[in-house]
Amino acid sequence: MDLKELYQEIILDHGKNPRNLRKTENFNKDAKGHNPLCGDKVHIFLKIDENKNISDISFEGSGCAISMASASIMTDLMKEKKEKEVKELIEDFLKMIKESPEMKTKIISENEKTKLMSLSGVKQYPMRVKCATLAWHTLTSAMNNSQEETNTEKFD
Amino acid sequence: MNINNIKKQFPIFNNKVHNNDLVYLDSANSSQKPQMVVDRIYDFYTKEFSNVGRSVHYLAVAATNLYENTRIMMQKYINAKDPNEIVFTKGATEAINLVANTFGQKFLREGDEILLTELEHHSNYVPWHYLRKLKGVKINFAEINNDGEITIESIEKSITPKTKMIAITHLSNVTGAILPIKEITSLAHSKNIPILIDGCQGAPHLKLDMQDIDCDFYAISCHKMYGPTGLGVLYAKKKWLDTLPPYQGGGGMIREVKKEGISFGDLPNKYEAGTMATAQVIAFGESIKFLNQIGIENIEKHESELTKYGEEVLRKNNSVKLVGNPKNKGSVLSFTLDGIHAHDIATILDEDGVAIRAGHHCCQILHDKLGLSATARASLGVYNTKDDLDKLNESIYKCKKIFDR
Repeated sequence: MDLKELYQEIILDHGKNPRNLRKTENFNKDAKGHNPLCGDKVHIFLKIDENKNISDISFEGSGCAISMASASIMTDLMKEKKEKEVKELIEDFLKMIKESPEMKTKIISENEKTKLMSLSGVKQYPMRVKCATLAWHTLTSAMNNSQEETNTEKFD
Repeated sequence: MNINNIKKQFPIFNNKVHNNDLVYLDSANSSQKPQMVVDRIYDFYTKEFSNVGRSVHYLAVAATNLYENTRIMMQKYINAKDPNEIVFTKGATEAINLVANTFGQKFLREGDEILLTELEHHSNYVPWHYLRKLKGVKINFAEINNDGEITIESIEKSITPKTKMIAITHLSNVTGAILPIKEITSLAHSKNIPILIDGCQGAPHLKLDMQDIDCDFYAISCHKMYGPTGLGVLYAKKKWLDTLPPYQGGGGMIREVKKEGISFGDLPNKYEAGTMATAQVIAFGESIKFLNQIGIENIEKHESELTKYGEEVLRKNNSVKLVGNPKNKGSVLSFTLDGIHAHDIATILDEDGVAIRAGHHCCQILHDKLGLSATARASLGVYNTKDDLDKLNESIYKCKKIFDR
C-alpha cells in the first residue's frame, strides 16, 4: 500500500481547490448526498437544457480530500455531456472503483480517464471507497430528481 | 506501575499493523483486552459452559455462581449498596434505553421535559428522542461553554419546573470534559429530579462510588473497560428497579405465567429477560480483577499525566488545533489540522500503525455547535505511553508533508 498512490497530486489539487464548488443559478435538478459514517456531505445542482444536455453542474459540500476531489473531477467531466452519457460514465466509474482495473467507456479521452483512475487508490482502503463514490451516487439521484437524500450506507 | 508489564498482558500488541508496532489510541471507542479476559471466555466455553439460572445440574449451578459473582464484583467495584442494583445489559446503549423506556412509560406525560447536554453521545439522546413522539415530551440541552465544558450553572439555568429527568455524560468523549456529577446530582435531587449518568467514558478511567455520587442511574459499557463486547451494566437505585416496569419480556424474568396473566420475577431477574451474555459476564469479572490489580487511582494518575503530555506535544505542533480546553479533563485528545480533513488524517496515521478515530464520534449536536463536520481523536488507555504520543505527533507531521507537497 502506498499513501502517495491514494493521495496523488491531482487528488490533492482538486481536494484543496475543488472546481465547480458553487451553486448553479436556475438549476432544474438537484440532490443531496450524505455519508453517515464520516459526515461527508454533498449537494449537486444540475441545469439540463431542452436537448437533455448538462449545460451546467456544480456542487456544495464538505468532506475529506477524496470526496471533494471526486466531486470536483466528476463535475468537470460531466459538463456538456448528454443525460445518457452521464449514466454510462457513472456506471463505468463505479465499476472501476469496485472491481474493474480500467474504464471501458469511449465517451471520454484517455487523459480524462487517467484523471478518474487517480481515484482508484481507494481500492486499497475499503473504508474510503464510499468517500470516492458519494458524489457519483448523488449525481444519479439528481438525474432522477430523487428527493430522498442519498446515503452511502445503502450502496456497496 | 510498570506500563511495559501491563502492555505485555495485551496480546494484540504482539501483532504488527502495516509492518509497524500498533499505537492504539482509540480506547474511548473500545479498549483492547488483556489475556486473562480472553482466556476466561475460552475456558468457560471449553470447560464450564452451561446456561445460568435455570437448570439444576452441576454445570448450571457452577455457571450461575460465576455469573452472579461478577454482579457482586461489580457492586463492590462501583460501591453500590446492593448487588441487585447491578443489571446486565447488552451495552450502555441498552442500559439507557431501558431507563428511557420504563421511566418514560411510567412517569412522563405530555409537556414534561428531559434535560440533556450538548456533549451527549447519540446513545444518550436517541433513546430519549423516542419519547418526543410517544409521550410528547420536550428535550432541552444544557449549553457548553467556550472550553467545551458543562458547568453546574449551565445545568441550573436549563432546569425548569417541568424537568422530570436529567441525563448527562460523566466524561465527554470529544472534549474530554469531566462533569461535576456529584454536584449536579445534588442539585437535581434538591429539585426532586432523578438523574442518569452516561458513564461510558467515566467508568474505565475514574474511581466510582455510587453511594457517594448518589445518582439514580449510571450506565456502563464493559467493552471500554477492558472487557468483552456485547455487555453493559446499568446501575440503578433499588427503589427505581422496584418501581419501574420490566423492560423486555421473556424467559427468566417471570415468576408465574398463566393464560390470564403474568407476574414478574424479583431483582435482578426482572430486567434480565432471555439468555444473557453469560460468557461475557463471567469474563468481565476478569476485567474487574485486572483493574483492581493495577488500581483505578494508579490508572487515573497515569492517564492524566499522559493527557497533559499529549496536550503539551500537540500544542507545540502549530498545525494542530485541540478541540475543547476543559480544566478537569479525561484522557481524550480531539483535534483538527488546518486544511486536512479528519478522515485523511486517520488514513495517513493508520499507515504508521497509529489507530485513531475520525468523524463526529456519535456527537453530531456537539460538532454542529463547534462548527466542525469532523474531528480526529486520540484517546488513551492504561497501556499507552509517552512514546505513543510522540509517534502520534510524528505521524501528524507526515500528514502535513503529504498534503503540503
